[in-house]
Amino acid sequence: MEIISDLSGELATLFLGILGTLPALIGYVAVILLAMIVWRFARSKMQSRADYTSLKTVTFGDESAVVSDKAASVISIVLIFVIWGAFTGSAWLPKLLHAPGAFTGQDSFSYTVEYADGSTDDAEVLVNVFPKGGSPEGISVAAGNGPAASDVVEVQAYRSKLIVWDQNDAVKRADGAKITSVGGMAIAAGEDVTLPFGRVALTDKGTMNFEPGTGWQMEDIWLPAPNAVAERLVTLWQDGYQNVTLAEHLSYSLFRVIVGFLLGALIGIPLGYAMGLSNWFRGWFDPIVEFMRPVPPLALIPLVIIWFGIGEQGKIILLFLAALWIMAIGARSGVSGVKISKVHAAYSLGASKVQILRHVIIPNSLPEIFTAARVAMGVCWGTVVAAELVAAEKGVGKMIVAASKFQATDIVLTGIILIGIIGFGIDVLMRLMEKWLVPWKGKG
Amino acid sequence: MSGLAIDKISMRFDLPDGGAVQALKDVSLDLKQGELLSVLGPSGCGKTTLLNIVAGFLAPTAGEIRLNGHTVQGPDAERGMVFQQGALFEWMSVRENVSFGPDMKGMKKAESREIVEHLLDVVGLQDFKDKMVYELSGGMQQRVALARCLANDPDVILMDEPLGALDALTREKMQGLVLRLWKETGKTIILITHSVEEALLLGERLLVMAPRPGRIHKEYRLPFAEMGVGADLREVKKHPEYGPTREEILTMIWDMEEEIMGGTAGGEA
Ligand SMILES: Nc1ncnc2c1ncn2[C@@H]1O[C@H](COP(=O)(O)OP(=O)(O)O)[C@@H](O)[C@H]1O
Ligand SMILES: [Mg+2]
Repeated sequence: MEIISDLSGELATLFLGILGTLPALIGYVAVILLAMIVWRFARSKMQSRADYTSLKTVTFGDESAVVSDKAASVISIVLIFVIWGAFTGSAWLPKLLHAPGAFTGQDSFSYTVEYADGSTDDAEVLVNVFPKGGSPEGISVAAGNGPAASDVVEVQAYRSKLIVWDQNDAVKRADGAKITSVGGMAIAAGEDVTLPFGRVALTDKGTMNFEPGTGWQMEDIWLPAPNAVAERLVTLWQDGYQNVTLAEHLSYSLFRVIVGFLLGALIGIPLGYAMGLSNWFRGWFDPIVEFMRPVPPLALIPLVIIWFGIGEQGKIILLFLAALWIMAIGARSGVSGVKISKVHAAYSLGASKVQILRHVIIPNSLPEIFTAARVAMGVCWGTVVAAELVAAEKGVGKMIVAASKFQATDIVLTGIILIGIIGFGIDVLMRLMEKWLVPWKGKG
Repeated sequence: MSGLAIDKISMRFDLPDGGAVQALKDVSLDLKQGELLSVLGPSGCGKTTLLNIVAGFLAPTAGEIRLNGHTVQGPDAERGMVFQQGALFEWMSVRENVSFGPDMKGMKKAESREIVEHLLDVVGLQDFKDKMVYELSGGMQQRVALARCLANDPDVILMDEPLGALDALTREKMQGLVLRLWKETGKTIILITHSVEEALLLGERLLVMAPRPGRIHKEYRLPFAEMGVGADLREVKKHPEYGPTREEILTMIWDMEEEIMGGTAGGEA
């Protein structure tokens, strides 16, 4: 069973990785718990509240007594930014809170060369590590005495560099010269030595490879600092990316979602009503809907591209399909959810079928339809981003996939954050509309 | 020809397992215009089924219902319903609920407004007419349900345990209201209840039904409803006949329930 051996190998690696981060996780939780204790203590000193919930003695297990603590939310968000900033050396954080960063500046280490005749000579390597965006300064070092002349290496932080130490020497490696120790520690080909400011490895060919120490901070290609992301957001907004403004990227995505969703609702809701009101329609569409519902819209992307290409048509059809089944099922269950006594009452009050549809079934199903619409909007938003990742000219998904090809991680992150904020915004908007349009939700 | 005729109604439900339930068997009854009938019986004896047949929601397997000479075919505004609870339209205000019937008929606004205002006065909800129904207490909601039914001016009002979900005090007040409305409007009313007291107080005629198959077990003609109109219902209960009748009916229903329990036990043995 290949799958089992494959999976178990990956799982073991993953598990070990998680074990490795355990101290960090424990630290994180400890900080939160500490904050909780401090906050509770501070608040108990501040005032004693006497509203109904604070006077409850049984709160554990009483769901209504559990409300999201705003302080915990604030701490949670602040802590995310602090951790993010600390491990990226953000300018937003005081240096005190930064995790140890990559080594930059000058330092030196010594090495010993042994010659074919058994004699040895010491020399030095002067190291200059310049930050990203900096450049070599052309430093030099006195050759010193003996056959081995001292060397210079200038390297960018997070990179590494070969030191061909014998190129300025009279006796070369070809003549039998080889390094036997670095920084006072014995070394042989294939081994390495860790110095306070980096690591020196001896290659099989006998040259030294120097990697400056990276510390605990992330290189910005992995994770840019929060301030860098914020700055990128501003420049993206002003200048756009690849000749397309950010507003344009975002509005393309939103436009697709809104058009796709509206089309889906336009067809899906009447379809759901028909399924809820007629045996024949129920029987006709049940197999189709029940089959299409579990198919994730993402799985349709390849087919949609084959059929409709990568233009707007394909994406809108994809989003239409994503919204259609959800809206149809929502409308159907909205109709089935109508209490039979309401329908009976309406008939006894002389209402016709059309009047019952208009005045009883539709208003009664609106809460369910709104719930479905919220789900559908969420799914559509996720689907549009995925579809743009696969194939698009414009759109926020397109922006991040293009940026990832150039390892512009700050743009990728900016895009992801915007996607999150917009998705959240859509949901908040839908909830507000629901409150405003169907105030009777859950009151029947 | 005016009045409601329930003529040899039988109802048999086929069950999915191949069996059948005889919910009603040969139930016959004539109600004159303006009569108030209360129906009692152990649960499962077919009261709701009978009411649904009269309302036109169910077609009986045998027999027919005639109202003022014509046969009942389906639900119609001439037969109003008051349900236990939750049958109001929570997306409408109190006023909109009450004027639903007239609105559906296409009555002119001015005309329907007059009816609605009058009925809101009668049931004592003038101050609440612009509230949404879910903002009202259970008792007030049932007042809305009564007013909504009356706004349509039906010939017959059918009530299925309309006060069943109310607390004792509210219930007593609502019983007074039902009696008053009955007398003022002269409607024919059938009221199902599981409270013997309520059946005694709100029944000019009282029907006790028996189960398996659902049928009329005994019928009473009682003076209490007439006495109770506009009077203190607690005084009515002091009437010398009230207590003994109540005991008699209670024993009757108690015995039926015993029989049902015994029957199931025997069936299992
Ligand atoms: N839809 C139905 N299908 C099958 N049996 C039913 C159905 N509705 C009611 N019954 C049966 O008919 C009998 C009478 O029910 P019902 O009229 O609700 O009694 P009641 O209102 O007196 O409690 C019961 O035995 C019940 O199980
Ligand atoms: Mg019943």
